[in-house]
Amino acid sequence: MTEDAHVAGRTEEDPRTHARVEEHAHPAPAEYVKVAVALAIVTALEVALFYIEGLADGLLIALLMVLMAIKFAMVAMWFMHLRFDNKIFSRLFITGILLAIGVFTVVLVTIGVVGD
Amino acid sequence: MAQAEVRHEAHTATGLDNRKLGMWAFLGSECLFFGALITTYLLYRGRSVQGPFPEDIYDIPFTSVSSFVLLMSSLTMVLALSAIQRGDHQGLRIWLLATAFLGMTFLGGQVYEFTVFVNEGLTVTRNVFGSAFFVLTGFHGLHVTIGVLMLLHHFGMSVAGRIGQEDSLRIELVGLYWHFVDIVWVIIFTVVYLIPT
Repeated sequence: MTEDAHVAGRTEEDPRTHARVEEHAHPAPAEYVKVAVALAIVTALEVALFYIEGLADGLLIALLMVLMAIKFAMVAMWFMHLRFDNKIFSRLFITGILLAIGVFTVVLVTIGVVGD
Repeated sequence: MAQAEVRHEAHTATGLDNRKLGMWAFLGSECLFFGALITTYLLYRGRSVQGPFPEDIYDIPFTSVSSFVLLMSSLTMVLALSAIQRGDHQGLRIWLLATAFLGMTFLGGQVYEFTVFVNEGLTVTRNVFGSAFFVLTGFHGLHVTIGVLMLLHHFGMSVAGRIGQEDSLRIELVGLYWHFVDIVWVIIFTVVYLIPT
């Protein structure tokens, strides 16, 4: 934990509801800058991959999807603080993501865009 | 009659603030909204019988710069939150304004891109690719516009001295919305622009 992190990590019990509230320290500004630099590098990699000639479409799509997932996770975990906040927030968000991926994968497979 | 300001602290069964829980539930539901639009785009992308087609009109270098701008606006947003959590009001205002400026730059780029596409013959009614493209990116642009308005509103509130360090949750909620808009664009940039038809 960095010295200038502004929210101390703690697990407390709400005196009225007895619910246990878990929070961890949010990163310091310098760590946010490092994450942003990493995001910029991954974006540059994505664009570079797009311009590589002779790369098989399947491989290109797989690599782009991996890089996209890395960027998505970095923003969600650091900038949106899912890595540090209560797990209930992560569960709510991941439920929405999984529901969307599940429903729309079925749509794409059913109509024949994926898996032809 | 003078009215005293009364602050109510909500105590919930989870011990978490209802507003933050509500924002995350909203963002979860937004995944389904944008999931539907992205799926529709994928369904229609390669099925146009007349041009322009995606490979004819996309300007990847330009869109890459726009994507970078939006990505960096997430950094300035989280720095705004960090500033108010430290009680740094000037820092909050600077970073909020920077985020709004980057958001408006992204929107300006989108308006320019739409104008170029329309001039090249791609309209929302031209072909199914055009319909799916403009609806998906248009709704994303609408979300960015709402985000910019929220940022400017909170900047104004801060200037008026109506946001204290204890109100940092308000900035955090705006930030969650803004970062969500950013990660939706992370997906759109890859799926719509970079993946070949």
